[in-house]
Amino acid sequence: MKRKTFLAFVLPSLVMMIVFIAGPLLSVAWQSFHNTQRVYRQLTVESCSPGFSRQICKTEVRSEPVIDDQGKPVTRTSFVGWSSYWQLLEPDKVIAAVGDGWGGLSRVLELDFYKALRFTLTFTLLTLPFVVGLGLLIALMVDNVARSLRGPIIFISLLPYIITPVIGALSIRWLFIGDGILTAAISELAGYKISMFAQGWTIELLMLFYRVWHVAPFAFVIFYAGLQTVDRDTLESAVVDGASRYERLRYVVIPHLAPLIIFVSLIHLMDAYRVFEEVIGFSSQAHRISLQWLTFHLLSPDEAGNRAISRASASAMLTIVGVAFILTPLLMRTWRDHRRASAR
Amino acid sequence: MTQPRSLEQPAALKIISALGLAAWVVIAAFPLFWMTAMSIKLPVDAFSSSPLRVIVGEATNRMSGGVSAIGLLVGVAAIILVYLGFRRLGAFLERRRLAGRGGGARFPMRMFCVIVGGALVVFVAPLLVRGLESFLATIPVLNLLAHPLIGYTSEHYRAVWIGHAFYRQFFNSMIVTAGVVTVSLTVGTLAGYGLARTKTNLAFWLLLIALTFRALPHSVLVAGYLPAFIGSRELLAPLWANAITGPVLRLFSDAAPTLYGQPWAVIAVLVAINQPFTIWMLRSFFANIPTELDEAARVDGCSHFEAFRRVIIPVMWPGVITTGLFSFLLAYNDYLVTGLLLDAQSLTMVPAISQFLNNDTSAADRLRAIAAAVSITAPLFVLVIVFQRHLVGGLTQGAVKG
Repeated sequence: MKRKTFLAFVLPSLVMMIVFIAGPLLSVAWQSFHNTQRVYRQLTVESCSPGFSRQICKTEVRSEPVIDDQGKPVTRTSFVGWSSYWQLLEPDKVIAAVGDGWGGLSRVLELDFYKALRFTLTFTLLTLPFVVGLGLLIALMVDNVARSLRGPIIFISLLPYIITPVIGALSIRWLFIGDGILTAAISELAGYKISMFAQGWTIELLMLFYRVWHVAPFAFVIFYAGLQTVDRDTLESAVVDGASRYERLRYVVIPHLAPLIIFVSLIHLMDAYRVFEEVIGFSSQAHRISLQWLTFHLLSPDEAGNRAISRASASAMLTIVGVAFILTPLLMRTWRDHRRASAR
Repeated sequence: MTQPRSLEQPAALKIISALGLAAWVVIAAFPLFWMTAMSIKLPVDAFSSSPLRVIVGEATNRMSGGVSAIGLLVGVAAIILVYLGFRRLGAFLERRRLAGRGGGARFPMRMFCVIVGGALVVFVAPLLVRGLESFLATIPVLNLLAHPLIGYTSEHYRAVWIGHAFYRQFFNSMIVTAGVVTVSLTVGTLAGYGLARTKTNLAFWLLLIALTFRALPHSVLVAGYLPAFIGSRELLAPLWANAITGPVLRLFSDAAPTLYGQPWAVIAVLVAINQPFTIWMLRSFFANIPTELDEAARVDGCSHFEAFRRVIIPVMWPGVITTGLFSFLLAYNDYLVTGLLLDAQSLTMVPAISQFLNNDTSAADRLRAIAAAVSITAPLFVLVIVFQRHLVGGLTQGAVKG
């Protein structure tokens, strides 16, 4: 295909991505260094109220927004340098806290940004082995079951994956909140009252559980497809060589699935790093927040109707730094495949 | 295919595996099942700590009636009938997929039949039950069958759909998802085809950049849109005042629009966010279509676009349906983008559910949220029934091809 025809085919998609992805990225970078504020002016007002023999008069200085001739508040955008980043990173507090050793560290983790960073990272890394492990386990078990049952089982297994993430998180929250059915059952078993939403770590546990429940079907479907292509001759010769069931799994099946395991892990890291819906579904913002939620929160209007665009942009830029780390292995892999394909 | 003796498993392992699978199936379905069971009960039963009460709902039965044994029977039969209808639709699509085709002209017809049939079953079933119940009630022993057994109330659904006018959000959701799927597929198939038929470095770098874009958290992009969307009237005003572009644009609206709260603006945003994924997926579908096919057309004197239109379009439908499914899911399930960029009038269903959560004070409010959640999940349920194979095929496609 000639370059010109190729470009004609790709152009609409390319334009959309430039206008709606590359454009906003640049504008976020710009916004994070600028701040838009309403212009206020100082007004001296004297107000008097009737009193006995004399009026009681007060002079006060009020500031009020400057309004232009169309009745809209005037705003001014100014370059603020790194100050939005500093407001998020709060280096002075961190330096002060780090001097205090371990106790200081926990104080650092109470600052919004570090709280979000800590949760996002542990969430991403802790769910990974469970997703891969559970996915593999389900795939092996489905592979064991009668063929006629596989369709319905795959159908039910797909439900947690397909469901709207916020709703999925809510459906699990409703099992545990207050006197939810499972909280009641656990309390009954434990013999004392348990509250799953009173402290942070139990909420975090539920969020981890939700994510594994939600993504394991994806891993399962992919591993299951991989299991169908395991070479039976290799398996049989492993039996002849006296390999036990575990050894066959360890040395034949898992190496065969290795590329798929890497694929699932990379996709999962990419998606789990964007954790957001769990915070909404479990209403965990008082205890646990994620990086993407932090940006969302700064973008949402506060009680006065203002949106902290500049700080949200700074938080978005800091989030991108993490994406770069996660993406590097994936990009390198794609690059290697491309080199290999073009060498062929 | 028979298992060789040496690979056969000991009975204990088989049993453990079957039990494990049963446990997973329960864990996978339980939260959804429980949500549905709670949504049709009065608060007294729904929040009871005894599981049996939540399912049977004796207080609900006493206070607002319930379903009798015969009603249960008819209900289960109706559900199975509707399920089978959608299942057959799925099987039909699957045959076409294996033959390398899409639904074709007959698919919308069949889908229409199944939906109308399903609606008919849903409307006729209660009438049938009422008739049967009043008939059975006159017979001495059999009248036990007509006795209400399991508590049931549609109060929360009525409150959500009629009281809170949830149908508005439903229509908004339909507009946004339909828009995203159509635009995203139109733009994506062209790009996917172009990328699959080009081996240059340029194509590779495009794909690599798309991969990078796919990893971006959506909040990052929304942080870029929001100020521009809110202030778009001033930002776009020069285009409307311009002598060249102005007259054309003024055909659509008198002044530059405020993009914030506009469904079509959100459609554009979601299409763009979805584009990296769409082109990766469609590229690998097109790569599977033999090059000889369009080359033959080219030899016969077609241009690239003609070859695409006459030869490729007829055989690309399985890939397009699968990719369309994932676009649908992205648009339908989105909370972040729609929640921030739409206003109260144009809000879609998923972000709208937070209105029920925020006043989560009374038990009735929480049940309304649950009923809304079940309502949002129902279409997805149908989707999996019809398109199960496409979904599985689509998921594995990306992994196997890398």
